[in-house]
Amino acid sequence: MSKSAESSTCFHCGLPVDDRLHIYVKYQGENKPMCCYGCQAVAQAIIDSGMDDFYKYRTTMPEKPEEIVPEFLQQLKAYDSIAIQDKFVEKTSENNILEVSLILEGITCAACVWLNEKHISTLPGVINVSINYSNHRARVRWDNSKIHLSDILESISRIGYLAHPYDPEQHQFILEKERKQQIRRLGVSGLLGMQIMIFAVAMYSGDWWGMAESFRQSFRWISLAVCIPLIFYCSSVFFKSAYRDIINKRVGMDVPVSLGILIAFASSTANTVNGSGEVYFDSVAMFTFFLLSARFFEISSRKQTSEATEALLNLKPAIATRLKNYAVEKSSTIAPTIEQQESIAVTELKIGDLLLVQPGDVIPADGTIISGISGINESLITGESLPVTKKLNDAVIGGSTNTENPLVIQVSKLGEDSVLYSIQRLIDEAQHTKPAIAKLADRIASWFVGALLAIAAVVAYYWYTADAAQWLEITIATLVVSCPCALSLATPAAITAASGQLAKIGLLPKRAHALETLAHATDFVFDKTGTLTEGKIKLEKTVLNTDSYDEQRALTVAASLEANSEHPIAKALLDAYQSVADQHTLYKVENLIHTTGRGIQGTIDKTGWYIGNQDFIQQYCSCSFDSHAEGSASKIYLATKHEGVAIFILSDSIRKQAKSLIDQLHQQHLHTHLMSGDRIENASSVSRQLGIQHCQANLRPEDKLAKVKALQQQGAIVVMTGDGVNDAPVLAGANLSIAMGKGTRLAATTADMILISNHIEHIYRGYRIAVKTLGIIKQNLGWAILYNVVAIPAAATGYVEPWLAALGMSTSSLVVIFNAMRLNRIKY
Amino acid sequence: MDIIYLLLPVALFIVIIIIVIFFWAVKSDQFEDLDGPAHRILMDDDNKPEKPAANDNKD
Repeated sequence: MSKSAESSTCFHCGLPVDDRLHIYVKYQGENKPMCCYGCQAVAQAIIDSGMDDFYKYRTTMPEKPEEIVPEFLQQLKAYDSIAIQDKFVEKTSENNILEVSLILEGITCAACVWLNEKHISTLPGVINVSINYSNHRARVRWDNSKIHLSDILESISRIGYLAHPYDPEQHQFILEKERKQQIRRLGVSGLLGMQIMIFAVAMYSGDWWGMAESFRQSFRWISLAVCIPLIFYCSSVFFKSAYRDIINKRVGMDVPVSLGILIAFASSTANTVNGSGEVYFDSVAMFTFFLLSARFFEISSRKQTSEATEALLNLKPAIATRLKNYAVEKSSTIAPTIEQQESIAVTELKIGDLLLVQPGDVIPADGTIISGISGINESLITGESLPVTKKLNDAVIGGSTNTENPLVIQVSKLGEDSVLYSIQRLIDEAQHTKPAIAKLADRIASWFVGALLAIAAVVAYYWYTADAAQWLEITIATLVVSCPCALSLATPAAITAASGQLAKIGLLPKRAHALETLAHATDFVFDKTGTLTEGKIKLEKTVLNTDSYDEQRALTVAASLEANSEHPIAKALLDAYQSVADQHTLYKVENLIHTTGRGIQGTIDKTGWYIGNQDFIQQYCSCSFDSHAEGSASKIYLATKHEGVAIFILSDSIRKQAKSLIDQLHQQHLHTHLMSGDRIENASSVSRQLGIQHCQANLRPEDKLAKVKALQQQGAIVVMTGDGVNDAPVLAGANLSIAMGKGTRLAATTADMILISNHIEHIYRGYRIAVKTLGIIKQNLGWAILYNVVAIPAAATGYVEPWLAALGMSTSSLVVIFNAMRLNRIKY
Repeated sequence: MDIIYLLLPVALFIVIIIIVIFFWAVKSDQFEDLDGPAHRILMDDDNKPEKPAANDNKD
């Protein structure tokens, strides 16, 4: 192995590393490259606490960790308040010992679970922690006199995961009950099935070597006795849903399944009572067990995703800070006393309430600014990545983020009138009219049932006229041998295997149709901000305007001026400074004046400096900038009173894997589209760099939905990938929607699949898996049909012995399962 | 071979006991996490610089 410092992917998260960046973490004596400071901090924390085995055990790359900002820690503190804990935290019998259920975000493999368990249990004051590997939930018990809940949550975020408390009592309780019921059914059908199989094997051997009729008859009776609870307790699920299907005039897989079970059971019971003929109780039991297990795995692999996301949406406590007895001053200083502030649940807000919104907080409701001025990030709604400056009397949208200064807002709209609710309504409508692809297996099943019944009728009629003594027996044998076992296992077996593969690449299907639709996709539509781009502004280029400063010096000056600002541009400049700076330190700045939305001025070493947008510079400086090139990106100017020094060109950087994703999609002759709410310059620059075929910008959520609908009308099957609230309606309306894992919760709940790994290239892998899965489903169905084509005529002509029928049935089911397992060896 | 008429009910009785035990296991959450234990057993701590117990006492 060559020195790993040469490799260009991040040791922690596996994303490509910018080669200008030189940050490393020492792991077992070697310097491992890191892609960002977030990863570095997390990896360092993991290694320092002696848990570096994580890197040995992991099988999947973890998600790129979020940067920890002070506001985030502030929000965590809210969880310590008794009023809010009331909802989540259970008190135990012992004093001060509390227990909570947490949902963990960012778990990608078993090593993550191990890491979290180890990490949490080493915290002083934590008594017990156990994490459920399948649903990413943790139960933590701690001593409140030694550690607070917020400290536990914070320390989890230090190693790169996110934890949210949740209330396990709600609908989770019902889901768990259902799951237990499924396990019980599965276990009982297995246990009883084994019993029946013992008697069946005895009877099959009896066919060969002879068996006293008295034993045979008692075996029949006892098999019947064991089979009755099996039918009523285990198989009844199929009957119920078949009944629902018939009432709704659909033919699903459950109708032939129920038909097969009931016919086999009824005829066997009749033969038992008569004391002659064959019994098929073993087929009934095996069939039920196979189907229940296939269904159990299919459902639990899918539920896992939807549960986690939906629970998060419902349970994140939305808290607002309301101001009491606060006199509104039109001045820009906002300093309510602690007594004037109270934490309140967003659901209890009333119109006219005054709210304090700190920088970094999400604005809790639609409202009007009555004090303060600040940049508001509305990318959630508009897709525009830079904050918009809002001042007195401007309207703000609930759900957008305050980025710079504290604000006092007055609530103007709530609930049904709010902007977010109107988007929610769009989503509901779109979901209603979502075009669905008819399921392949169900189509074949309905065709199969019809054909089978027709054949059975012909057989019955033929034998009734030819040999009246045998007609019933042969007709039943025909129906039983054709037991649609392989047919109904064909899809679940393949989908279960595919879910495992998808989980490995972090693309989780939430809805049942996801794979089949993805395999049929013709058009891939992408949102820009946060999907194809990182959703984070970065310094792209520095254009010097003078010879008296070099690039690094200019950047250092800029970073010094912006050091205390929370604005995304300031952060971008600081990040850029940190990645190039080796020995430089920031300058001391005096007389710092901040003009919101425009710029900053300050004095460094007796020189007055100005940094800001063009207007700001023109107002204060008598200088000119030569270069105004590259019209699309955001530009920030740095100048002294008389000299223009540099232009910083900033843009939201494109995800490194986006280009190869688009290229791979084109290679498969799929169409690509970019639909953005951002300005046309920004959108088309991204689309040009990636080579996307069609680009549309300036779209509101409803416009995006209309464009996708138009595509669908031309016969396209549209896969939409997005992350924001503004994407939610179009996600709901597309044939298949994929939400980014780091996107908003609303997008995640509307989507059919969630890309939790955030590695956008994995969408292509997901597509390959889907295509392959569909291929395997087709092969399985083909096999099932072939088997029936051979077996049914043999049975219809009276050549199939019962043991042969049982053998044939199990073999055909096994073939289907082994074929599905080929998905585990997929190559991209 | 008449012993079989005794063995059959005995076998059924055993199955009933097994089912009762199985129901108890489901009820006491033993099937909650089907994947975790398989992985957990493989990840033992070869090097542990920090012991949870030691940390607890410090406080």
